[in-house]
Amino acid sequence: MPLCEIYGVKLAREIGLAWRLLARDYRAGELTLIAVAIVIAVASVTTVGFFTDRVQQALDRQANRLLGADLVISDTRPLAPELKQEAQRQGLSVVEVMRFPSMVVHSDSNTLADVRVVAPGYPVRGELRIAERLFGPDRRAGAIPDPGTVWVDERLYTGLELGEGASVGLGRSELQVAAILTHEPGVEVGFLSGAPRVMLNTTDLAATGLIQPGSRVGYRLQIAGETESVEAYRAWAVERLRPGQRIEGIRDARPEIRSALERAKSFLNLAALTSVLLAAVAIALAARRYLQRHLDACSMMRCLGARQGLITRLHVMHFSVLGALAAAVGTVIGVVAQTALAAWLNQVVAVALPLPGAAPALHGVVVGLLLLLAFALPPLMSLSQVPTLRVLRRELGIPKGGGMLGYTAGVAVISAMILWRAQDIRLGLTVLGWFAATMVGACALTWLVLRGLTLLRARGMSWRFGVARLQRRTLGTIVQVVALGLGIMALLTLTLIRTDLLRAWQQSLPQDAPNRFVINIQPDQVEPIRRFFVARGMASPELYPMVRGRLNRINERSVSADRYADEHTRRHINREFNLSWAARLQADNRVVAGRWWEGGAAHSDQFSVERGLAESLGIRMGDVLTFEVAGSAISSPVTSLRSVDWDSFNVNFFVVAPPGLLEGQPATYVTSFHLPPGQAAMLNALVKAFPNIVLIDVAQTLAQVQRMMDQAARAVQFVFLFTLVAGLVVLYAAIASTQDERLYQATVMRTLGASRAQLNRAHLAEFTVIGAVAGFVAATGATGLGYFLAQRFLQIDYAPDPAVWLIGTAGGALGVAAAGYLGTRRVLTVAPLKVLRAIG
Amino acid sequence: MQTIIRVSGLGKQVITGEAELTILRDVSFEVRAGEAVAIVGVSGSGKSTLLGLLAGLDTPSAGSVRIDGHDLFALDEDGRAALRGKMVGFVFQSFQLLPAMTALENGMLPLELAGAADARAGANAMLARVGLSDRLNHYPKQLSGGEQQRVAIARAFVSRPKLLFADEPTGNLDAATGAQVIELLFELNRESGTTLLLVTHDEAITGRCDRALRLTAGRLQDHD
Repeated sequence: MPLCEIYGVKLAREIGLAWRLLARDYRAGELTLIAVAIVIAVASVTTVGFFTDRVQQALDRQANRLLGADLVISDTRPLAPELKQEAQRQGLSVVEVMRFPSMVVHSDSNTLADVRVVAPGYPVRGELRIAERLFGPDRRAGAIPDPGTVWVDERLYTGLELGEGASVGLGRSELQVAAILTHEPGVEVGFLSGAPRVMLNTTDLAATGLIQPGSRVGYRLQIAGETESVEAYRAWAVERLRPGQRIEGIRDARPEIRSALERAKSFLNLAALTSVLLAAVAIALAARRYLQRHLDACSMMRCLGARQGLITRLHVMHFSVLGALAAAVGTVIGVVAQTALAAWLNQVVAVALPLPGAAPALHGVVVGLLLLLAFALPPLMSLSQVPTLRVLRRELGIPKGGGMLGYTAGVAVISAMILWRAQDIRLGLTVLGWFAATMVGACALTWLVLRGLTLLRARGMSWRFGVARLQRRTLGTIVQVVALGLGIMALLTLTLIRTDLLRAWQQSLPQDAPNRFVINIQPDQVEPIRRFFVARGMASPELYPMVRGRLNRINERSVSADRYADEHTRRHINREFNLSWAARLQADNRVVAGRWWEGGAAHSDQFSVERGLAESLGIRMGDVLTFEVAGSAISSPVTSLRSVDWDSFNVNFFVVAPPGLLEGQPATYVTSFHLPPGQAAMLNALVKAFPNIVLIDVAQTLAQVQRMMDQAARAVQFVFLFTLVAGLVVLYAAIASTQDERLYQATVMRTLGASRAQLNRAHLAEFTVIGAVAGFVAATGATGLGYFLAQRFLQIDYAPDPAVWLIGTAGGALGVAAAGYLGTRRVLTVAPLKVLRAIG
Repeated sequence: MQTIIRVSGLGKQVITGEAELTILRDVSFEVRAGEAVAIVGVSGSGKSTLLGLLAGLDTPSAGSVRIDGHDLFALDEDGRAALRGKMVGFVFQSFQLLPAMTALENGMLPLELAGAADARAGANAMLARVGLSDRLNHYPKQLSGGEQQRVAIARAFVSRPKLLFADEPTGNLDAATGAQVIELLFELNRESGTTLLLVTHDEAITGRCDRALRLTAGRLQDHD
């Protein structure tokens, strides 16, 4: 027989044997715990994956609604028709918009307005909202202005004192005002937004005669569609952009939105990470129990002639099949769970979640199999080393150290996997490091407590028996405390800490966050503006000086946009920077490198740069920046880097100098304030009193960011709920892991005359000690992790609640005692003879 | 008759704490094919250790064991497993049935491990031979002690071994059941011409063997 055929027959035979052994183990209930652990692992990872994928897409789209599109191409010259044609060819929604400033006339009044010429289909993302009358209730427009009509915003309506049925003159046309425009996505900040807006149908444009050669017109192409198609189109379009043309999507959008998105992602990734870790612990515990239960079977098989290699191969096949089946079940559960979740979320926040991609299912299966291979297979591999002599001497176990190598490999695999899943190395390392530190802490504390308990051993038979059991199997107790500690730590993080973190995050954007910016305030208007606000019962606003300057050099290197690949960075270079000066550090800024010039600067020639800008421009501490301000060069070294809380909606600057460096330069002032709803009249008064100022409305953006935060918070709560189940499985697995041993000991004790009540008390004493130590460790770990995550990743203030220790320790003791009692009840009801006979 | 087991100078020492404990000392004997040999001695005399060494389940500190001409300890662990699979059957005091498997599946295991094509038929026939045709699908915990030991005997004989090692096979059974089990064991041994090495305390069982090896404090006293 050819060699390959011999091997083929042998392999088929072994696969058959592995399958039969698997089926027998399954029938006997030996696989339930390990299969449940894998199913939970895959289901949670898949659900988290699917859901975060969908929520991520939804959040992106939500953010895109702020932009009015998934992608916007803009130019000051007409856009090439091929840009639109290609988008249509790729099945994307596309619409052209034109904007230009023009005078709008009504009877004797006129004003400069921001004119928007739109075509049907505008906007491709988000919605237009209109009201029939001034300050009346608004509704979804569902269309664009009919030909012959325009929509104007509240400011134009009040500024020109329009009444019902009024018409306005625009170029050579007279157009009827059909509605008041209350919301329009994609309103950009800092350009023409200060001017009142008017929107007209593109069919009316030619008749106005406003577009002439040399007119200042902005042409925009709004594009939307499936993420992949949009990305493909973006890649295609970037190659064909002419100088001066811009392309931007959500990733280039406003920093406050990006910041909110990043934080939401951090939360969701944290949920995914936690479930992966918990799944690993559950699988490791389940595998440990499986290992203990199969020592006899393996020594018997060795005795009957099975070679070590065969035992190893059988287990690899065995668990590959188990892993594949469990992964399939887990994936199905994941799909169902995320569908239910999406439906629920849709009801709550009326957000249509896009369909998920296939990647999360693949990730789930890969993670499940990797977890299995890393945490179940290595210890199970050591089954092949079980001494054959165990058939005669049952006290013989696996040689010491065999399992540890397996766990080391497991830890390496899970570390790699977590770093992969985290998509953020620092976050991954932090969570991993914290879990490791908690494990070490748990080991040390358990050891100390076990030593300390010696002093209390004299109290009562049940207590003595319970404590003695803990001390006799120190290693087993430590493993149990570590597992329970990690499980409870996850539960505490997910319940108490999560609520605190989410609350802190949501509170980071208070209800009265600034929703209006005022720019272009002249130095001599600073005091009158303050008085204007105070006179209307509002707080005196903080006004910040602003000097425009172009970054020319970093050290001796001249700065050119060509040196940077990132489009966003290139635009920064091409634009003028808004520089400011301040003596005090703003409350929403944090120095991350160097020192702030608190208490009066010794040297006025220094700069503090925002960390993100420094990273994208490659600016380091000590670098000398040279700005060209009003024709003169100003050079100073960078002495500090700041992180800026962009989603505070306060006025913030990328580059700040101490008082003295920029004060002689031509400056304007800028401020932000919160305007309560329904007080648009105050804005008109402000503009009338200070005609040169530019008012920027960020209320819509603010509301959208707030809505996004709410949605993200809900999503995170659900995802964490799933992780909670994984935590409970760990707790169950930890308690079940000593079940067999407990059964045997209880049987011997009952045979010797111990009452059920005595044994119950002994078990309660044991579980209470384990639960209390695990709970204390968990509370410490969870608080530390929460603090670290809040400070380093979410950049929010988080004050640890001392109650967490109390809840953790007491809850751990009570919870584990109750779970242990329920779990071991069976131990006390089985007839001792039955157990002794089964043990043999 | 051909010698199937040849033991020379076999010794086993273990370290317990700081002291060295000698369990077996300079044990030498031979067993011919088809013989039934009892290994007897008081508790702690080294009977089970000797059986474990003869079956290649443990390694000696000194000496050698040749099974059917093969030097057992010149083979590695896998080599010894293969040799056991080919020519050795076992019956244990505590039965050692796998709890997750039915009587039939326990009986099939040696044949399945050896890659036999007709494992089910072979196990079926052997379980019928030990009188358990109606208990094929019962799990060990659903069987009485005597029935469990009969399954273990069926498992031991199903692969038609040349050698059968039995470690106090009636130790966990009452006298009547023990007698039935021993009867069955000797009957099958006769039918299949197997060489039997049996560890026992029971003088009645010893009397049924061709001869006995007596161990005292790890030394072989005499050959009956």
